[in-house]
Amino acid sequence: MTDAPILIVENLSKSFGALKAVDGLNLTVQTGELHAIIGPNGAGKTTLVHQLSGQISPDSGSIRFQGLDITKMQEAKRPHLGLVRSFQITSIFPQSTVLENVAIAVQMQSGHSFRFIKNARADKSLSDPALSYLQQIGLESLANEPAHTLAHGQQRQLELAMALALKPKLLILDEPMAGMGADESAQMVSFLKSLKGTLSIVLIEHDMDVVFALSDQISVLVYGQVIATGIPDEIRNNPKVRTAYLGEEE
Amino acid sequence: MVLFIEQLLNGVQLGIFLFLVSAGLTLIFGIMGIINLAHGSLFMVGAFVAATATTASGSFVVGLIAGVAAAGVTGLAMEYFILRHLYHRDHLDQVLATFGIILFANEMVTIIWGRTPLFFNAPDILNGSIELVPGIIYPVYRLFIIAVGIAVAALLYGVITRTRVGMLVRAGATDREMVGALGVNISVLFMALFGFGAMLAGLAGAMAGPLISVEAGMGESQLILSFVVVVIGGMGSLRGAFIGAMLVGIVDTMGRAFIPDLLKLFLPIAEADGLGAGLSSMSIYMLMALVLVIKPSGLFPASSGSH
Amino acid sequence: MSNKRNTILLVLLGAILFTMPLLLDAIGQSFLLGSATRILIYAIAAMSLNLILGYGGMVSFGHAAFFGVGAYVTGILSFHMFEDTTIFGLAGTNSAAIAWLASIAISALMALIIGALSLRTTGVYFIMITLAFAQMIYFLFVSLQRYGGDDGFMMFDGRSRIAGLELGDDISFYFVCLAALAIFAMGFKTLVNSRFGQVLKGCHENEPRMRALGCPTYRYKLVAFVIAGAGAGFAGALQANLTEFVSPDYVHWTRSGDLLIMVILGGIGTVLGPFFGAAAFLMLEEFLPIIFKGLGLPLLQEHWRVVFGPMLILIVLFAKKGLYASLMDWGRRKND
Repeated sequence: MTDAPILIVENLSKSFGALKAVDGLNLTVQTGELHAIIGPNGAGKTTLVHQLSGQISPDSGSIRFQGLDITKMQEAKRPHLGLVRSFQITSIFPQSTVLENVAIAVQMQSGHSFRFIKNARADKSLSDPALSYLQQIGLESLANEPAHTLAHGQQRQLELAMALALKPKLLILDEPMAGMGADESAQMVSFLKSLKGTLSIVLIEHDMDVVFALSDQISVLVYGQVIATGIPDEIRNNPKVRTAYLGEEE
Repeated sequence: MVLFIEQLLNGVQLGIFLFLVSAGLTLIFGIMGIINLAHGSLFMVGAFVAATATTASGSFVVGLIAGVAAAGVTGLAMEYFILRHLYHRDHLDQVLATFGIILFANEMVTIIWGRTPLFFNAPDILNGSIELVPGIIYPVYRLFIIAVGIAVAALLYGVITRTRVGMLVRAGATDREMVGALGVNISVLFMALFGFGAMLAGLAGAMAGPLISVEAGMGESQLILSFVVVVIGGMGSLRGAFIGAMLVGIVDTMGRAFIPDLLKLFLPIAEADGLGAGLSSMSIYMLMALVLVIKPSGLFPASSGSH
Repeated sequence: MSNKRNTILLVLLGAILFTMPLLLDAIGQSFLLGSATRILIYAIAAMSLNLILGYGGMVSFGHAAFFGVGAYVTGILSFHMFEDTTIFGLAGTNSAAIAWLASIAISALMALIIGALSLRTTGVYFIMITLAFAQMIYFLFVSLQRYGGDDGFMMFDGRSRIAGLELGDDISFYFVCLAALAIFAMGFKTLVNSRFGQVLKGCHENEPRMRALGCPTYRYKLVAFVIAGAGAGFAGALQANLTEFVSPDYVHWTRSGDLLIMVILGGIGTVLGPFFGAAAFLMLEEFLPIIFKGLGLPLLQEHWRVVFGPMLILIVLFAKKGLYASLMDWGRRKND
């Protein structure tokens, strides 16, 4: 295990009109850690995720991933470096089967797709790995169902399976438990726990119990800036955090 | 120079027609998110009814009013019976259904008025030409059209910037869901807006009557030009529609007038004529392509979300 | 099983198409062979549109442009062959191998240019822009005075030449078009099932997700657009041969609408749907007036479009599944 940070964000800013969604944000994620980002609504969490994934480009500042400056890199190139995200609002291929959803992710991970002849659906080199990701997350029995027929929680799981199929080095999870029931949430938490150590994770999450249970590091985001970073106990006892954020929750 | 100014005015006058048609198109898309191919049919209805009413009553004003009213009523019927069932459908459905309306409308017009193009004259008071400045003589009717167009544009600008309805329209163009949240009776607002857009197209058609031959299918060439206008100006933006319409009108008119002559400076006459005709008919599409390269969402995009 | 039914349908269809010249001869309607050939040709064009429309989710309202470009390229080469003149310094040709390939290549090139611009946008913009560019091609052809301008021109040299085949014979030409359609359909099926096809479907269902999965979607959509344009160009080359006549009418904006209708009518996003759509559309166009005549409705006989338009609206509103899916489901109970 190396000690070099996998992600370094420096002085990142993004405004929408007069609104400074992200305002001089600094963040460092160490390789192998699960780094949670918490903060009240409107703190700029999703804007941050969009910039990390390249969906929107920053006004200023820099993003370095494994030492490489990716600030202006196209969105579609980033997953190939190992920087992979999930969506806060479930984003899957609703008409395709569960297996096809994961298979397309496997396909994306295995080189370009300007291949016009060979039947991709009968291609074991796509479906076998896809199936194993489904097994890993516990959806293999639903492999041949259309994705839109799945329950909400299952769709969230499917989305995670698609992300894993890209063999991420850093996985950005934007509220993976959003809209889940208690049982499903617990399941997801234990799954994320099982992932810990195999890859680096940035977790955006509201549920403090989950955050304190899972995180190695926590950063608190308020008004587009990180006001504190530390291990869970430090964050819990940080007075600045308590007034700015945790206090409001009580 | 005289020719240049004349052509410039002709360009502005074509731009006025395009503005009247594309204003409705862009507003309707902006607030309702629907693409209506049959908008050109409203232009046609305006022209046909104006032609008939003018001939029957002997009064151009009656014809104009009848044309605008007929287009408005047709538009309301179109909205009520067909389009409102398509608001939540995808664009493909909207395109096909409104394509069906065009087929129906063009054929219906042929049944009622026959296949021979109609012609009717502007009233005597607007016939003839005046000398604008020494040496430049310009038809009064075309000046009338330009004046009406500018008046309508000013009126629209006032409505959009100063009234509650205008506020809703602007809000709708930026954020469609928001309008519903404002506690407005959406279906009434939509219908009113649609009828209004239809009347503008009808006005353009009625005024175009004395200048172009009134025949089935006349609306679609206007419609496609209006698409070019909206792409250039930016969807949902009235200002974009106005500037886009002027650009398209002027570039098209100027291109046809001057490109062949310009080419003759470099090329043999036969080639220059052939190539010139081709190039001048393509000029506005080149303009559109240029805008697409520089600003894919148009010069004055109303909403920043779409791209 | 749907597979079994599909096989039966295919065999039946193949048998009918293969024996079509005989069948028409037997019922004394040989003159309809031209219409049957036209269906095969438009089926290719509609199929090519379906690649971007049904699989890629790109609503192109300008597909007839590429059909027209294909027809013009083959027509113009034949024109110069007959006149024994040159175009851009090149001699004309009536060789099918050269002319048809040129049609395909130049349509593909046009599709590359138009697609590269249009695909910078999505949604309604894309629809309007493809329509506008098709109109540009239309006006371009209208302005070609040398090739008849508005009226178009006859291919006085007759149909293209293929060694060992007499395309001038309508039956031979029918079978060439049938073979072309069969090869095109098989190629199409292979394509949509390939990795490329999966990407295309992914872009249709959820393009932002595809990008987040690391897919540069613009590139894939553009390649699909070019392939579709090339397919339509090929169909255009065949159509020019069928009628030995080329005119801007092929690119009239309503033709693009017709192609869209064929795809929807037959079944969007299915391999064979567009064939059924093209057949149904062209047969309606041909027989609707005759039917109205038989019903003693002379007004509708002349103005059949007044019925056709509302029919279209009703199909869109209520029966969008398409003919192909209806055939596959016919007589089967819904039990899911």
